[in-house]
Amino acid sequence: MAEVGLKLAFSVAQIAVVMGIVLLTVMFLTLAERKVLGWMQDRMGPMEVGPYGVLQPIADGLKLFFKEDIVPAGANKFLFTLAPILALVPALIGFAVVPFGPNRTVELFGYQFQPFVISDINIGILYILAFTSIGAYGIILGGWASNSKYSLLGGLRSAAQVISYELNVGLAIVGVLLLAGSLSLVKITEAQAGGFWHWYIFAFPFPQVFAFVVYVISAVAETNRVPFDLPEAESELVAGFFTEYSGMRFAFFFLAEYANMILVSCIAAALFLGGWNAPYPGTLLPENLAWVEGVVWFAVKVYFFLFLFFWLRATLPRLRYDQLMRFGWKVMLPIALGNILVTAIAAYFFPKG
Amino acid sequence: MALAFFFYFSGVIVLTSVLVVALRNPIYSAISLLIMFFHVAGLYVTLHAEFLAAVQIIVYAGAILVLYLFVVMLLNVKREERYHAQFPLAALLGVTILTEVLMLAILRGFSSEPLPTLGGAGQADQATGNTETIGEVLYSTYLFPFEVASLILLVAMIGAIVLAKKDIGLASRNQ
Repeated sequence: MAEVGLKLAFSVAQIAVVMGIVLLTVMFLTLAERKVLGWMQDRMGPMEVGPYGVLQPIADGLKLFFKEDIVPAGANKFLFTLAPILALVPALIGFAVVPFGPNRTVELFGYQFQPFVISDINIGILYILAFTSIGAYGIILGGWASNSKYSLLGGLRSAAQVISYELNVGLAIVGVLLLAGSLSLVKITEAQAGGFWHWYIFAFPFPQVFAFVVYVISAVAETNRVPFDLPEAESELVAGFFTEYSGMRFAFFFLAEYANMILVSCIAAALFLGGWNAPYPGTLLPENLAWVEGVVWFAVKVYFFLFLFFWLRATLPRLRYDQLMRFGWKVMLPIALGNILVTAIAAYFFPKG
Repeated sequence: MALAFFFYFSGVIVLTSVLVVALRNPIYSAISLLIMFFHVAGLYVTLHAEFLAAVQIIVYAGAILVLYLFVVMLLNVKREERYHAQFPLAALLGVTILTEVLMLAILRGFSSEPLPTLGGAGQADQATGNTETIGEVLYSTYLFPFEVASLILLVAMIGAIVLAKKDIGLASRNQ
């Protein structure tokens, strides 16, 4: 019984730390996005709150917290409340299987613990795919429950977009799974140890560059970011599915979008860029500090992807709806399928040693 | 412990399945169906079939039900009364099948000996994990049914494309 209690306490502590880091990162991202966009457009970004505008996220958070909570007339109150929760929970729950640092076990009071992954389940990546697909319900139901034409259109667009691009995400990672021979994110990351030429984006026998590009584009589409932000499209649909939302409910959708960005960045880093593995063999720091290096490399890779999201937003205009569909089904899908075919043949002729 | 989880999951499955057909708002029906899919996945997890559980959610909850919702919202059906007249017939059928199941259970007696398996791998090997086991069984023992199933799906897909294409052809000829 003591063992169960101890393990539970450790897991709860891990979950608390991971959730804390994710939410702090979201806070930081809101500022970083506005600053980066500002610099790219030759502006300063937020400058008023605190020195150089660094306290802006706190001001934004306080504003959202104290805003009046409005439920529009004719809205379905139950679903209107449920939708933001359905959007946020799947976005946060996926972090349970992401390995943030080297796979090592720590002995605490005579029991073994893995400090850098909450739960190393053997279907890790499928678990994440399953829950990200549930995230679409928040958007669809939120759009429908608002009793507004703009919201409904946003919800419908989102439904079609998520189904089309989720397929591409799933097919893009199959190549990596074929090479790694496992669905566990910890095992996939471990298989990429020993220098950047072992990362699956470059790896022998068949580099997953195409899969990587398909994955990144589909991930941007799945998180509803520019240039695939058709569900919200503020210039045509006002704000799409969250037109009618305000206060904390809006904040939930907002948090979900950013948490999803972090999650897809973590997956991209773990699957294609070697996760916490450094681009050189071994570690620079001594053995007992090697985990610091691993965690830092993982963070660097994740932040690279997050920067890519901002960069795309500053660079590209939004796609038209038919362009989005044609691109997803007629360009990305054949590339992803072709990649699976070639990778499977390569993996057959050069089996893992 | 496992038994408690089984009764929780199956209880919720039965309840939400009834709600799917009994509720009058199609959106609520879809949400009941979503909850049911999750509990079926939970049932798979208690059986150590994690792969099946994940696929259950990805395919049914993540794709098929989203399409259902899409259609329901597009048609904007607020209330659906048509099928509620069929309740007496449905109740009759349901009670008949329930009696059959109960009779079978009673005739067999509540013995604890395991049911005979359908051959194949049986107990999934813990070391290799059930994803590998499913893959191996699917591509060796059940290769023929698997191929037949994919052929049927292909035919359905071609059928859908032909039906959709026909309309486009007619529309352009009429112009």
